[in-house]
Amino acid sequence: MSKDQVRVVVTGLGATTPLGGDADSTWSALLAGRSGIRTLTDDWIDTLPVKFAGKAAVDPGDVLPKPEARRLDRYEQFALIAARQAWEDAGSPEVDRDRLGVVVGSGIGGITTILQAYDTYRDKGWNRLSPFTVPMLMPNGAAGWISIDLGARAGAHSPVSACATGAEAIGYALDMIRAGRADIVVAGGAEAAIHPLNMASFSAMRAMSTRNDEPERASRPWDKGRDGFVLGEGAGILVLETEEHAKARGARIYAEVAGIGVTSDGHHISAPEPSGIGGQKAMQFAMKDAGIAPEDVVHVNAHATSTPVGDEIETKAIKDAIGGHPLVTATKSMTGHLLGGAGGIESVFTILAMWERIVPATANLDDPADGIEVDVVSGSPRKLPQGPIAAINNSFGFGGHNVAVAFTSH
Amino acid sequence: MAMNEQEILAGLGKIINEITGIPATEVTPEKSFVDDLDIDSLSMVEIAVAAQDEFGVEIPDDQLKNLKTVKDVIGFIQA
Repeated sequence: MSKDQVRVVVTGLGATTPLGGDADSTWSALLAGRSGIRTLTDDWIDTLPVKFAGKAAVDPGDVLPKPEARRLDRYEQFALIAARQAWEDAGSPEVDRDRLGVVVGSGIGGITTILQAYDTYRDKGWNRLSPFTVPMLMPNGAAGWISIDLGARAGAHSPVSACATGAEAIGYALDMIRAGRADIVVAGGAEAAIHPLNMASFSAMRAMSTRNDEPERASRPWDKGRDGFVLGEGAGILVLETEEHAKARGARIYAEVAGIGVTSDGHHISAPEPSGIGGQKAMQFAMKDAGIAPEDVVHVNAHATSTPVGDEIETKAIKDAIGGHPLVTATKSMTGHLLGGAGGIESVFTILAMWERIVPATANLDDPADGIEVDVVSGSPRKLPQGPIAAINNSFGFGGHNVAVAFTSH
Repeated sequence: MAMNEQEILAGLGKIINEITGIPATEVTPEKSFVDDLDIDSLSMVEIAVAAQDEFGVEIPDDQLKNLKTVKDVIGFIQA
């Protein structure tokens, strides 16, 4: 099926994460097994049960010119920085701007702006608000700014599906190109949610790790001692392009975005459906869409957030959909969970794993939970085979969103 | 405490540089905000709010739209 339609490839990668200010430095840190999680020094931390997070390794205010930074929410700053990196990495392609699109989402949007603006309004009055308050708080702001930056006129979109957002954006971009609406689409996700209200709200769900004495060891997917997820921030962005357009300009092709699988659990607003059928079907649909068989898939970058309920349901879904053979890893063990940015950075990692034929190890997996029947990489990175390969990035979100993106080597 | 034209110009130059990135040295009295400095209407609101904080002079919206040049703003603040 997929071989009859337009083929879509990845020609540029950009990322800013708790491990590094770009994709290369983040990737090196992942392979070295480093953690981006640190104790926070903000004064509000005393009011919360969780006292650590994965702040961006490079502050966006140090990258963007001040006049630009002041009119962007932090999540928009991350998105714009990663988009510019990806665009440059793709060779700043010459493209008809009417055929250039943007799909970049965020799980939460400009929440820090909302809360700070409310304080300003309450304390000083409406006429002291920045006139950029609305464009800073709106969750489509990042897509809008990137489209302005690149002059993209084929449509700018912003999926919102919590922690599946970044992956859903890549799926939407794939659909957009296949439908003939664009030749190039800049796609991914961004998040900047390290704010006491978010951390308090996730704590109210009892979803966050409180391993305050060992923050670097707090994110530990599949480990028996895991006690919740760890919040991170940043962005991951890809440049997707038709194979024809990429070849015509002699672009470097990292991988093909071969298929997308999307399901919804229709079960619970935050808890995963216990059998894992939603995630399993997302992976099966992605493989079918890609025209690949389970045995072709050599690697899965799992969603695995280090919450007690989710991790094993996902490995069961991987086993049921693909089998026990792929090398599975959870890079959130080092980056923390970037929420709407997760599918963006983890797609970057999945592609780099295929490109360099090596899978980073899951950190902090000292005592694996019982009943994991897939090959989880831990301890040190492991090599992927040569020849044609396929890999899948999973992203699942509150609301019951399940997204699997299938990439193939090119 | 009345400020002279030079002091107000220096203050405006600093504000405009902070908000738009335009070098303060380019902010001279005869410059038009729209035609010469390419400052959009939202940025003008930011500048007006910052100027209110800096100089303690409220610039109402109906007055703001009549302030076309740097000199106009200096005149408004002095008056």
